[in-house]
Amino acid sequence: MKLKLLIPLALFFIVVGFLFKGLYLDPREVPSPLVGKPAPAFTAPVLGDASKSFSAADLKGKVWMLNMWASWCAACKDEHPLLVEMKQHGVPLYGLAYKDTEADAQDVLKQMGDPYISTATDANGKIGIDYGVYGVPETYIIDKAGVIRYKQIGPITPAALRDKILPLLKELEK
Amino acid sequence: MIPEIGHFSLILAFCFALVQGILPLAGVAKNNQALMGFAMPAARAQFIFISISFLCLEYAFFTNDFSVLYVAATSNSHLPVAYRLAAIWGGHEGSMLLWVSILAVWTMAVTFFAKELPYSFRTTLVAVMGLVSVGFLMFILFTSNPFERLIPAALDGRDLNPLLQDPGMVFHPPVLYMGYVGFSVAFAFAIAALIDGRLDVTWARWTRPWTTVAWVFLTLGIAFGSRWAYYELGWGGWWFWDAVENASFMPWLVGTALIHSLAVTEKRDAFKAWTVLLSICAFSLSLLGTFLVRSGVLTSVHAFATDPSRGLFILLFLIVVIGGALLLFALRAPSVGLGERFDPVSRESFLLANNVVLVAAAASVLLGTLYPLLVDALGMGKISVGPPYFDVVFVAIMAPGIFLMGIGPIARWKKSTVPELATKLRWAFGISVVSALLVPSMLGKLTPMLFVGLFMAFWVISSVFTAFQIRLSQAGSGDLSSKLKSITPAFYGMLLAHFGLAVFIIGVAMVKGYESEQDITMQVGETVKIKGFDFRFDGAKPVSGPNYHAQQGTFYISKNGNAVTTLTPEKRFYPVQQATMTEASIDVGITGDLYISLGEQLEAGAWSVRIYIKPFVQWIWLGSILMALGGVLTLVDKRYRSSNNKLAQAGAYEA
Repeated sequence: MKLKLLIPLALFFIVVGFLFKGLYLDPREVPSPLVGKPAPAFTAPVLGDASKSFSAADLKGKVWMLNMWASWCAACKDEHPLLVEMKQHGVPLYGLAYKDTEADAQDVLKQMGDPYISTATDANGKIGIDYGVYGVPETYIIDKAGVIRYKQIGPITPAALRDKILPLLKELEK
Repeated sequence: MIPEIGHFSLILAFCFALVQGILPLAGVAKNNQALMGFAMPAARAQFIFISISFLCLEYAFFTNDFSVLYVAATSNSHLPVAYRLAAIWGGHEGSMLLWVSILAVWTMAVTFFAKELPYSFRTTLVAVMGLVSVGFLMFILFTSNPFERLIPAALDGRDLNPLLQDPGMVFHPPVLYMGYVGFSVAFAFAIAALIDGRLDVTWARWTRPWTTVAWVFLTLGIAFGSRWAYYELGWGGWWFWDAVENASFMPWLVGTALIHSLAVTEKRDAFKAWTVLLSICAFSLSLLGTFLVRSGVLTSVHAFATDPSRGLFILLFLIVVIGGALLLFALRAPSVGLGERFDPVSRESFLLANNVVLVAAAASVLLGTLYPLLVDALGMGKISVGPPYFDVVFVAIMAPGIFLMGIGPIARWKKSTVPELATKLRWAFGISVVSALLVPSMLGKLTPMLFVGLFMAFWVISSVFTAFQIRLSQAGSGDLSSKLKSITPAFYGMLLAHFGLAVFIIGVAMVKGYESEQDITMQVGETVKIKGFDFRFDGAKPVSGPNYHAQQGTFYISKNGNAVTTLTPEKRFYPVQQATMTEASIDVGITGDLYISLGEQLEAGAWSVRIYIKPFVQWIWLGSILMALGGVLTLVDKRYRSSNNKLAQAGAYEA
């Protein structure tokens, strides 16, 4: 058998390799231009206690996660149990109730548990615009210098938590 | 009940496909007539049960049976009947059902119209097609069942995507799939030849008409799709180099190469292994296109990406079918042989160059289509490849090919000489250069691209006439009509198809060179002047359709005070899908289109409006139709009927 006759087959298998890899990539997942940039500063009322205010600047020097969610968002409810579990493992999670009413948001936390150290409210979605949110849930990891290091679009999956988020948090804490 | 009958029929069809695919091949291997005898009846039974299944799904659409999940997802009770019936291929599951249905139609055609083929060869052919069908039916039954129930039933359906609610939806997908899937016949021919270990002039003669028919359908399907995009998307483009378009264009390019290489195999007994490889590649690209469109690796619907089981299934199927075919090719191609030798300057050489150009063009499209995926898979970031790449690379590859296309039909088989060709073509060349300079100068704008484009078109046209004249002069004595009759339909078909390509190129060059577009805000009663036409906006009023309401603008168009036409573009709102669509209004003309689409409504009855003038744009589709007609003309050649029968009767191929 002549080897050159195997060239088409070899080329085909190279393409197949890439297609296989491609199946597990999401072509719509666009990396956030904010990754590697300072997290936009904001100050907003704290959910459940409007007299207090939550300020991103106060968290400088700490590694923290900002999870944007809403009571009207079904995917957020899917994600919620995982968030509660993360809290038990001491993940520094803060919430942002995106375009939500105080009462609805508090209901969810009462019924499903509150995974957040503190939750800021963003009733008109202005903070969301600064962060380039195009759909909740979205989650950011912000390092000690206040720089966004990671963005999760859509619900946090157990795989993303294990392979990306937890190792990154560990590294940033060093 | 009806959907269950449909589902059950599909399962039965799957069983018959298994019988059709496996038993006859075993029969061929053991030379067992009884086992071979299963092929045709099983293929026909498969066709019948797939048809029943298809009709059951159509019935569910027709009766608005929203207890069927697929119907609830793609149709709506307010949808007009024609679109309800066409909505069957408006989503993933139904598209796959259309795929196997059309494969069954082609298999059926093979069982009826390929009777002149030796029995064992025809059996292998039908069995290979049966195996392809097995894969697709498994895919439908295990991952994409269109008959899945929705309990409790939805009150009403989620509606067909408004973009698809257009007469184009009724014709475009079936015609395109007829082409796409039609290459499965050439594929089966190639596999049968490899298994048989014999490939000769007769084989090429059998394969040619089947390949041509598929190519004609694919040409028309792509042209329909392009025309549809032109008026439906509202921004006047006719080709977007979108992954889905490329998925149909790649098989077309390779299919075109295949038609030409089959001609050489039939006439000269050359290019044999290459022809087989092209037959495999044309269908492989059809399958790859199906994978790209259906798996979501490129144009993703989010749900696919998170659940890659469908994509994985098709990928495994690709590995079995394409990998198997290419392995068979590597093992058996030496037995097929390379074929007759030929001179560096000969018609064979020009056709070989044509093949190389077309395959390189297809490869460049494939690379551009897959590039974002390659880069992403290698972790080098996200990029998108668009018209800037495709326009430049594709044109750069095709231009020399089109130049050679002018020479090929004039060159002689086996041996020609450069001085001889130069003498024959010097007038054609001179006329093309002069007219490519003259026409743009008269129209007031000459750019290098316009010159190149028009030169190509005029060169092809003048060489078509030169080829015709030479053939006429060789037709011997007698009066003109007997001379004209002595030329074969196949030759006329070739000339017409080449002429069609020239018409297409004129359309492309003129649109690119002279189109003008204006995005403007127009007050009621305002008039704008573009390229000598006066467009007056007479305001917009509400109108309503069966399942939408719309604002319809009225534009009165005149030239030098003489009325030209009135155009009424619409901005439609489809409440079920909460979607706004713009419906362009076009004045179609042979020398150019006037095209208006509505943008946004502004204050005091004013609208933002897009006005395009598209010179010669219809020539793009006219040219494509001429190409397809050229293909049809080659089919009436009597060589494909009488001599086939004679050869079969003589038992030239019987084992």
